[in-house]
Amino acid sequence: MAEIVSLADAVARAVHDGDAVAMEGFTHLIPFAAGREVIRQRRRDLTLIRMTPDVLYDQLIGAGCASKLIFSWGGNPGVGSLHRFRDAVENAWPGPLQLEEHSHAGMANRYVAGASGVPFAILRGYSGTGLEGLPGLDGQPAVRPITCPFTGEQLTAVAALTPDVAVIHAQRADRAGNVQFWGITGVQKEAVLSARRSIVTVEEIVPELAPEPTAVVLPSWVVDYVAEAPDGSRPSYALGYSARDNDYYQAWDAISRDRDRFAQWLAEDVYGVGQPAGAGAGADAGGAA
Amino acid sequence: MTAGAPAPGPAAAAEDEPAEFTADEMMTACAARALADGMTCFVGIGLPSAAANLARATHAPNLVLIYESGTIGAKPDRLPLSIGDGILAETADAVVSVPEIFNYWLQPGRISIGFLGAAQIDRFGNINTTVIGPAYDDPKVRLPGAGGAPEIAASCREVIVVVRQSRRSFVEQVDFVTSVGFGDGPGYRERLGLTGAGPRKVITDLGILEPDPDTCELTLTGRYPGVSVADVRARTGWDLAVSERLEILEPPTEAELTALRQLQAASPSQ
Repeated sequence: MAEIVSLADAVARAVHDGDAVAMEGFTHLIPFAAGREVIRQRRRDLTLIRMTPDVLYDQLIGAGCASKLIFSWGGNPGVGSLHRFRDAVENAWPGPLQLEEHSHAGMANRYVAGASGVPFAILRGYSGTGLEGLPGLDGQPAVRPITCPFTGEQLTAVAALTPDVAVIHAQRADRAGNVQFWGITGVQKEAVLSARRSIVTVEEIVPELAPEPTAVVLPSWVVDYVAEAPDGSRPSYALGYSARDNDYYQAWDAISRDRDRFAQWLAEDVYGVGQPAGAGAGADAGGAA
Repeated sequence: MTAGAPAPGPAAAAEDEPAEFTADEMMTACAARALADGMTCFVGIGLPSAAANLARATHAPNLVLIYESGTIGAKPDRLPLSIGDGILAETADAVVSVPEIFNYWLQPGRISIGFLGAAQIDRFGNINTTVIGPAYDDPKVRLPGAGGAPEIAASCREVIVVVRQSRRSFVEQVDFVTSVGFGDGPGYRERLGLTGAGPRKVITDLGILEPDPDTCELTLTGRYPGVSVADVRARTGWDLAVSERLEILEPPTEAELTALRQLQAASPSQ
């Protein structure tokens, strides 16, 4: 069953140095508050996994939390480049960042395989692209051809993603830790079900979850930690609770373009405003259930 | 091979007093005309999204807009800033998960047109949005990467690319193939088993390029008023072939310009 804890405690217990961490939320419900908490607790050597490492991972990469990144699209949506990401790839600042890169369809299917408990997924994809020949983080080909045993057709296999921890943001949870989110639901269900541990931040904790059309519900028994984080997806948004802060995405371009300006942002907006990590820091959370 | 459906709006645009418009507006109007009413269109953000929304606001009210965030049949009344802009989900016929949009909707070939942008495109319509420079491991410029484009380019029944034209973006051979056009020429897509037909038009701020039916090489088939063939060749990084039936494309109509400007003005930024 999920434990309801503070965000600082959830991160302290579930996210460890060297972990593979998947923070998902496809343009909506992006777990920004949790990302800042990971920076604040100065996690290092993370393998960050995310389909769209947008401003969220630009912040984590610039802060030096990551040594590896598995992704499929790394830009500031509607604005342009991710400058901290580019500085890491082009100039190894603040440290080198090893990449494993895929297409969205490939990443989505990798989560599906992880959530399904099978070692790989199959799709029509990658054929003829440069992505087909790129190595994974282990140096081996990240995608491989596979022949259909029924028709003989050639398809593409992608390996399951099984992160150490998944982090998502949702609209609501109840007091028992059942989680509910709706609108653009992305790949968050698959991310949580593919991971060994999970943290869900929520806009609010309510006595009882009211039915919501098209909502995804993650029962308490597949979630490890639920933490209340009102407005925790800003500058992204939570449908029904907040609007996307488009100006912030524009402003991020200037903040992130310059190393000193970014350092100032870290000092003022992250390290300067945090709660201390909870007493449970370093404790192993164990698996789900 | 015509360059697009006739533009809507009053037929008698005053020839003596042409409307003022930018090259981007011309390009967007031209791209919008390539979309017919009732089509299904998988839309990339940026220039393609502006064109698709313009088409829906003018001659193609029943155009089905599909974004990779999982929104099917989105009906925004302003240009969305991102593919996950809340207005897409709030106005969509259906919102599905990301695995579902790619596996159930795109992959089986249900979608008529894929509408893509590019950082680099080559003479065979291959697209690069990954890295600039000869070495993947040590790029001159790290671009955002693939996103949904490789499978959109492979599986939509046809692809239209919208991109500003320059020698930097129109190159003999892309530095990295993020999305396959016609590979190295005729038969390439068939050998790979790609189900879609590939790029049908490349619409730029100078005119329209279309693949030659025999060689698959992108060929200039339309130019905008005031743009010469020499202008286009000067901004193409290979020896550009020109169609014998080169058209001069209609400038945007008042109705198109008004609709496009309204969409842009209503947008939160950009």
